[in-house]
Amino acid sequence: MKKRKIKETIQKAVIWLCAFITVAALAWIVIYIIANGLAHLNPDFIFSEYKGGKNGILPMILSTVYVVLLSVIIAAPIGVGAALYLVEYAKPGKLLYLVRFATETLAGIPSIIYGLFGFIFFVTILKFSFSLLSGALTLSIMVLPTVIRTTEEALKCVPVSYREGSLALGATKFQTIRGVVLPSAIPGVLTAVILSIGRIVGETAAVYLTAGMVTRFPGSMMDSGRTLSVHLYVLAKEGISFEEAFATAAILIITVALINLATNKAAGRLKRSFTSQDN
Amino acid sequence: MNKACNSISANISYGTQQKKYRLRNLKEHIAEGLLLLCAFLAVISLLIIATYIFYSGVPIFGKVGFKEIVFGMVWKPLEGSFGIFPMIAASLLATLGSVAFGATVGLMTAVFLAELSPLWLSKIVRPAIELLAGIPSVVYGFFGLIVIVPLIDKYCGGGGNSLLAAIMILGIMILPTIVSISETSLRAVPVEYKEGSLALGASQLQTIFKVTIPAAKSGIAAGIILGMGRAIGETMAVILVIGNTPQLPGSLLDRARTLTSNIAIEMSYAQGLHQEALFATGVVLFVFIMILNIVLTTIFRKAGEEK
Repeated sequence: MKKRKIKETIQKAVIWLCAFITVAALAWIVIYIIANGLAHLNPDFIFSEYKGGKNGILPMILSTVYVVLLSVIIAAPIGVGAALYLVEYAKPGKLLYLVRFATETLAGIPSIIYGLFGFIFFVTILKFSFSLLSGALTLSIMVLPTVIRTTEEALKCVPVSYREGSLALGATKFQTIRGVVLPSAIPGVLTAVILSIGRIVGETAAVYLTAGMVTRFPGSMMDSGRTLSVHLYVLAKEGISFEEAFATAAILIITVALINLATNKAAGRLKRSFTSQDN
Repeated sequence: MNKACNSISANISYGTQQKKYRLRNLKEHIAEGLLLLCAFLAVISLLIIATYIFYSGVPIFGKVGFKEIVFGMVWKPLEGSFGIFPMIAASLLATLGSVAFGATVGLMTAVFLAELSPLWLSKIVRPAIELLAGIPSVVYGFFGLIVIVPLIDKYCGGGGNSLLAAIMILGIMILPTIVSISETSLRAVPVEYKEGSLALGASQLQTIFKVTIPAAKSGIAAGIILGMGRAIGETMAVILVIGNTPQLPGSLLDRARTLTSNIAIEMSYAQGLHQEALFATGVVLFVFIMILNIVLTTIFRKAGEEK
């Protein structure tokens, strides 16, 4: 009996220790980078260009914003459309299985493969060259599975009674989808978009093989541009400036934290809107 | 007369209504068609990606020889030797090492969250893990370069850029995947199982290790496989810490180069056969990912059958 107690105490200690390691690893990374990054995080660094003695990151911020916007504009409608088809129309069978298999495989493909593909297809064959457009097209395929899955979950949360009510009033299937199902699932779509933004902002390998790493202000979407993550990679890899790298990394972490906060808010709203109306 | 009039007007309105219905039907069909196209775009994208990667990467196997590439030990692309075995070995070693760490710590963290943690503590731990999942891989790499590499150099020597550094960084990176999927499946174990075990006199921990974890094993396995996929496909975090020398690592402290970093480092300047060899590296990576994916679907299907 005593032996068992000792064994249990040890087991419990191991479990607590593992949970502690997980949290400690996070705390270490976040605190270390933010603490070192804040010192260099001044308006001059954030709002100036990367030339003429100034090493500002405004062009990188703009490139990141452009790439995010373009990718979301491409991926969101397609992803939501696909999710609508899968949830509202598709009958169980080969087609549904095929689409599921495709999205799951796409979700598992490493970003460097997307980079290779974007490089050969968008950059070389379609002759978009290293440009924000090539980057955005590549990234939009990459985030497609995220958009589809998250939207699907949201659509499944919409109670069947909503659809039945609309159909009973004489609305057609598509009218029901447009007027009832989709509006109820908007917070879910929002979550999908925010999650995709997080992935796009953090992506490096796929972007630098397709969008290039020019540090100028991007003039159009056919220009090459360097996103924040790629900038951090170049700074760290070439050992250009660890100060700037820390500051850039701090910005990335803060962005991700804000994105997580927004995701939880949106997901919470989805849950609340259905639980309150169902009762 | 009146009757006839009525029937004519009824006929007319019937006609317009029919037109309206037809239009409405047409709209419905177009909408469904468009949505179907959206869903199919995922399939088309996958097909195009696979086609182009294989189309650009497979021919070199014919020109240079499958054995010379996959089992070749020397990577000197400018001199015509394209052996990527050292990279395959490094990728597998880094993945296995990080999964050994990530699976142990991750599973225990999941057990902690699902069974032991007081509510207030899980409210801190869970968002922390979500944040860990969202941090860009290049930030992990940078942290590894600045903190882990010097630490390894200080305590183990050898410069620090090493397989070990990559394993440590990847191990932390795959934690969120393993924790969240394992926790979900641990929570999905029916309460009756636990109650039955507790009623038979088993302690809480005996129940966890002998009943709950075995019952959730397919979910846990899925989490570990997804973590493996993330580790083998990771590029930026690895590039910054592993040293990138294309040699077979003899120990954990040796420099090495993974399949992913091979592509990322040389793609920007590679030409001709060299570029094809990088695509061939991509093909090998793709095949590994497909194998993991098939294992994953098999696990899910088996889990579905059991239920």
